[in-house]
Amino acid sequence: MPTDVEKWKSEAYGEEVRERLFEFAEAGFDSIPDDERDAWFERFKWWGLYHQRNGQEGYFMMRIGTPNGVLEPGQLRVVGEIADEYARGPGRNPIFGDAYADFTTRQSIQLHWIELSDVPAIFEKLDENGLSTQQACGDSWRNIVGNPVAGKDGQEVIDAWPVIRELNETFKGNEDHENLPRKWKVSVTGSADGSGQGDINDLAFEPAYKAVDGDGAAGGEDVVGFNVRVGGGLARNEPRFARDIDVWVPPERVPDVAGGLSGLFRDYGDREDRYNARVKFLVDEWGAEEVRETLQEEYVDFELESAGRDVREEYTYNAGEGERNDLIGVHDQKDGTNFVGLNVLVGRMGAADVLDLADLAEEYGSGEVRLSQRQNVIVTDVPDDALEDFLEEPLLEHYSPDPSPFMRGSVACTGTEFCSLSIVETKNRQVRFARWLKENAELPADVDEFHVHLSGCTASCAQPQIADVSLRGMKTRKDGDPVEALDVGLGGGLGEDPGFARWVTQRVPVDEVPGAIANLLETFADRREEGESFRAFVARHDDEELDAFVDPEETDYEDPMMHNTKRTWYPYAEDDGLEDAPPTPADD
Amino acid sequence: MTTRLRVLDDGAWISIDDGREVRVSELWRLDAPDFCGCDLADLVVENFQEVGVDGSRVEVRVYGQCIACGETGITDWLPVGRIRGGEFVEFDRSCVRRTRRD
Repeated sequence: MPTDVEKWKSEAYGEEVRERLFEFAEAGFDSIPDDERDAWFERFKWWGLYHQRNGQEGYFMMRIGTPNGVLEPGQLRVVGEIADEYARGPGRNPIFGDAYADFTTRQSIQLHWIELSDVPAIFEKLDENGLSTQQACGDSWRNIVGNPVAGKDGQEVIDAWPVIRELNETFKGNEDHENLPRKWKVSVTGSADGSGQGDINDLAFEPAYKAVDGDGAAGGEDVVGFNVRVGGGLARNEPRFARDIDVWVPPERVPDVAGGLSGLFRDYGDREDRYNARVKFLVDEWGAEEVRETLQEEYVDFELESAGRDVREEYTYNAGEGERNDLIGVHDQKDGTNFVGLNVLVGRMGAADVLDLADLAEEYGSGEVRLSQRQNVIVTDVPDDALEDFLEEPLLEHYSPDPSPFMRGSVACTGTEFCSLSIVETKNRQVRFARWLKENAELPADVDEFHVHLSGCTASCAQPQIADVSLRGMKTRKDGDPVEALDVGLGGGLGEDPGFARWVTQRVPVDEVPGAIANLLETFADRREEGESFRAFVARHDDEELDAFVDPEETDYEDPMMHNTKRTWYPYAEDDGLEDAPPTPADD
Repeated sequence: MTTRLRVLDDGAWISIDDGREVRVSELWRLDAPDFCGCDLADLVVENFQEVGVDGSRVEVRVYGQCIACGETGITDWLPVGRIRGGEFVEFDRSCVRRTRRD
């Protein structure tokens, strides 16, 4: 039997929801009929609006999808202005203040405390400036990701940006693909560093060479195109890397193959069980070969090429070793200018800082900025002669191009501050962890990257399974009292041979986690072989040994959020009980 | 009078008549010998799998982990509250919950 969500989607979904959304915004939050709220909140996701958790009734998270993380000149300023004007609510974050933007692990932007009555004005401003929330959430094509510096990167094999733009234009607002069984995450990468993280997406296009003749038949000149992988994803304790379906596609046929696979998912995906709906489960059931055969027989009208020669042996992004594990720092562009990756700790930037950064991007670069999958921001097009002055700007002391490895490596999801599913508080906690580790823990001198990803639950929005240290929200009891805790996983990463972290230590009370990481690093420094990476060190030890290395310990680190933050209306409020929750916002 | 029961947002909460009533991240004490070997499981509620009714009693099946022994899995049906006069009344979270015995 189809789920309620499928029933609601069949009644109204996609483009048509916008009109009703605006009617509700005009008439006020209370105009949404009491017995239709679940249905409308589900449909609003298609327009990038996600109702915040209980205790925050009537406030929404708004996600702006920026394909490939590209913010054209002027767009960052628009984001900053919207955050400053509208992303303010009754709760004030003690670290980030009361208006901020979050850069996500899928190169999008999230704003919080958005009121329904403000949505039309925000959408108008976004529309005027070429930005959109369309399909940022919900069951359809999500924001397309890739190497954020596509088209500019001195290391790229093929410019994927025109391909991504075409996919975005083709599949956003496309009636045939607007209602899928579940979310559909696509990555297109043209660089040899693996920074598009295709392995953890539903559909991945990765750079590959194929010998084809002028008519496209096999056996001629080497041409650059893409190999295709399907069925990756990290959520729900069911992580999968995308499977190779033995297809190479030239750039001009990417939309045909992408549309074919999206159609296959639309038609064959499970609409009766949302937990089994992602395409990774269909690939499990069918196998890569049947996916390919069905694509060929039912969804494309040309002969598919077999896979080409990939460049996976060059992948370093999030790989735990090698050069360029991220895109922080100064890098060469093809045109002789530079892109400068700046560290945004846990991806959150205050609205005033967003506006300041927009000024700097205009002053020193072209005004364009780009967002990476490590929640960082990249200022592009900075000429050599402007570089020194740019790097001296005071804002870059905080958003550094050369940060501490503990700042640089931190990724965190939204957590119980706003999210219904999370079990623990995350962003502020990861900031406190990083600050403590910077002062109290040491890495060997030749190790300058160390990734710690904190996810509040098994949804894995912080991509915990592909970090050196993976932290995942849990609960435990300490001295008999329930406290927030974290499971600890080690040694995950992408690269040529991706591997998920092994969960070696369970339910560490949150106040003992920094001590555990410091102890682990001490053991790593003592016992590593010369030049050995942390990931390689983990790989040569069994789970029992690693569990002993973790060694949780209380230190002078103090965690103010040990209690059940989910039972608060807002974890950082002075009167934080659900009974103190603010009323739904007035319609003004 | 019918009551609308739903699991929503990836199993984050139970909706009862379009209101958010029961949520993940709680610790529940369970008398659930089929789930783990503990006398009383100390279950972290991570995901709701299903919601249903037994008479006026609202029941759920939950994915979670016993923090005493580390066992993970999906529970049998567990009571979370009752519909009384058309309104949902949640059971005291500190009480021991027993799985349905047929």
